Amino acid sequence: MIPELGHYALVLALGLGLIQSVVPVIGAARREASLMGLASSTALAQFGFVALSFAALVACYVTSDFSVATVFENSNSQMPLIYKVTSVWGNHEGSMLLWVLILSLFGALVAAFGNNLPATLKANVLAVQSWIASTFYLFILLTSNPFLRLANAPFEGRDLNPILQDPGLAVHPPLLYLGYVGFSIAFSFAIAALIEGKIDAAWARWVRPWTLMAWMCLTLGIAGGSYWAYYTLGWGGFWFWDPVENASLMPWLAGTALLHSAVVMEKRNALKVWTILLAILTFSLSLIGTFLVRSGVLTSVHSFANDPRRGVFILAILVLFIGGGLTLFAWRAGALKQGGIFAPISREGALVLNNLFLTTACLTVLTGTLYPLALEALTGAKISVGGPFFNLTFGPLFLALMFAMPFGPLLAWKRGDLYGAAQRLMAAFGICLLAIGLSFAIEGRTSVLAPFGVGLAFFVMAGAVTDLAERTGLARLPPAAVFNRAIGLPRSAWGTAIAHFGIAVTLLGIVGAAAWGTEKIVAVKPGQTVSLSGYEFTFDGLKHEPGPNYTAVIAAFTVREGGDVVGTMRPAKRSFSAREMTTNEAALMMRGPSQLYLSIGDEEAGGLAIRLYYKPLVLLIWLGGVTMMLGGALSLSDRRLRVGAPKPAAKTALAPAE
Amino acid sequence: MRRFALIVLLAVLTLPAFAVTPDEMLKDPKLEARARVISQELRCMVCQNQSIDDSEAPLAHDLRVLVRQRLSTGDSNRQVLDYIVARYGDFVLLKPPVQLDTLLLWGLPPAALLAGGIALVFAARRRRSAEAAPAPLSTAERDKLAALTGE
Repeated sequence: MIPELGHYALVLALGLGLIQSVVPVIGAARREASLMGLASSTALAQFGFVALSFAALVACYVTSDFSVATVFENSNSQMPLIYKVTSVWGNHEGSMLLWVLILSLFGALVAAFGNNLPATLKANVLAVQSWIASTFYLFILLTSNPFLRLANAPFEGRDLNPILQDPGLAVHPPLLYLGYVGFSIAFSFAIAALIEGKIDAAWARWVRPWTLMAWMCLTLGIAGGSYWAYYTLGWGGFWFWDPVENASLMPWLAGTALLHSAVVMEKRNALKVWTILLAILTFSLSLIGTFLVRSGVLTSVHSFANDPRRGVFILAILVLFIGGGLTLFAWRAGALKQGGIFAPISREGALVLNNLFLTTACLTVLTGTLYPLALEALTGAKISVGGPFFNLTFGPLFLALMFAMPFGPLLAWKRGDLYGAAQRLMAAFGICLLAIGLSFAIEGRTSVLAPFGVGLAFFVMAGAVTDLAERTGLARLPPAAVFNRAIGLPRSAWGTAIAHFGIAVTLLGIVGAAAWGTEKIVAVKPGQTVSLSGYEFTFDGLKHEPGPNYTAVIAAFTVREGGDVVGTMRPAKRSFSAREMTTNEAALMMRGPSQLYLSIGDEEAGGLAIRLYYKPLVLLIWLGGVTMMLGGALSLSDRRLRVGAPKPAAKTALAPAE
Repeated sequence: MRRFALIVLLAVLTLPAFAVTPDEMLKDPKLEARARVISQELRCMVCQNQSIDDSEAPLAHDLRVLVRQRLSTGDSNRQVLDYIVARYGDFVLLKPPVQLDTLLLWGLPPAALLAGGIALVFAARRRRSAEAAPAPLSTAERDKLAALTGE
């Protein structure tokens, strides 16, 4: 009964979606308030029905209803409750339902909180949102129905893939989806603006909070996924340039560019056409990501051809929205008036440069990801494009971008003074040189490039601090005045500085872990001690322990630093009987921002094989991501971006000019 | 979602063993370090986007041993890579060579950066010249000006 209810709710959502796709557009064209107003009600109801459908699926998993095919294939009655819930989206069908749940959630949010939008814009935005939602409801209902029943209900399920039985699955996919499905709002706003043929600075102000929200979730989702892979895969890598990772990185890069170009549009009424194009491209990249992962085209061009049903459907959606969006853009973009003249050296100019580098970086990732597929499809030649390629191409682009980053916020709008900005960055340059010198003195022999990476990270961090110091008059004014100015500073200024600081923190972590990490791969016998980077690890022995749906082999190690015991590490291997699979549970120990990482392999003649790593500063990689997210959150709380907030009062006019 | 697809694939394609194991490693630390560098450039052919250094698949093990054998006989890094490419083709390289069919792959990013940069310079020039030289007065405006200044 419950699965049928869920299925039926999804069908109803599709019905509402189709109505919402058509009626508001007609209403907007005829300026009929009742037809336009319909969109808000249907958007809320649509979300209600998708949520009901999703809740029904969760109920099937929680009660282990193995008469439902997807539950049988991906769940098990012995699993802890949290994994029963997370296994809802640990498979294709369920994850697509989560996708549309978030899509309809965003539609409902616009309906509920978009009261300050012009009626026609709101109606068109919700209609476009519903075009996307309806095609995906159709996709689920026709090719990926999670509610299909089995004729004879099996007694026990096949279990969730053991590697996914991790708290990471509870956090990573929902955040990632909030991120890139959230960009659909920017897309809908862009298409609605093109339909109306009218766009102004206010448009950018309406779009920015949604984009910012999506960007924050995506940032956290990528960082979370990276940490999950780091501790789960057993060799301590944190980024693999895998196509599925690239699929999430591309919308992030384009979304970051969009956030910056929307600032120019909002403040200076310039870059309108470009911002619209970026909004379309950002969501297009989210769709491409969905296609890459969901169609099976990545495993091989041929596996895609063998079972093309889902792939072709998503490809059709892709062509429809990307092709349609770009065609509409080409047709209507000419009607948008450009405004806001600025000199090349100016805040706008810096943001344009930012966009050039971010979009080129995004193009690099896109080319690298799709090139092997295209080449094989066209010529049959097989090549691999992996980490070494991206490090060589993407790396320099991003480093150049980071070098330019501290200059941007110090330049004035319209016409800036590059020499003046450089002068104000003298202290930051000093800190940069100091950091380079110190790195060389401490670790110089191991890597020649790494100290420059550290220098760059410190330059950007010091640059972010300089920006705040300049705005608050830290060096010029008495403390009380500085404090008042700091309070009065727009929160978006704080957000910018903190987010810029965050990416530098991430860079520092990457350089530290990649350049100065040490490792040891050895076989140990009980009682034996291995030393690495000043730490000593004594292998105390193995023991077996049963878990809820697995048995674990746990190795205990006592860790000493300079003779003193600092703790024990217990890396483990878990064997899951349902799927006859083993997972590796690495043990981590925090040493400030650095980590010790220990994972175990097989028992051999020489003893137990272990991999031991010292990863200096590694935690900064993800802390930087969290910092970026917090910067975004602060920006989002800025008065002028709060959805529905009144215009800033006269008081803020006293805040320092930006 | 994206990443766990990767994780699932890794789980399916690999055995619960280890990537580099203690018994494969060379005694000479310098030679072993070179082997690790080379291993990171080579793809595990049966995995999805994993280097042989990271992969636990048996084929990756065989390749790691092969790399170490070649190094032990005195090959340079280049010679080892060439030897393996000769046997397995370009597919084994994670950084594809620059040749005719990868021209677009290597060329597109710098070309895009260059084209974007040039377009920006031209746009800035156009803006500046538009600013510097306002449109000449039309005849009607000239007449109006003449009337106002009384000439």
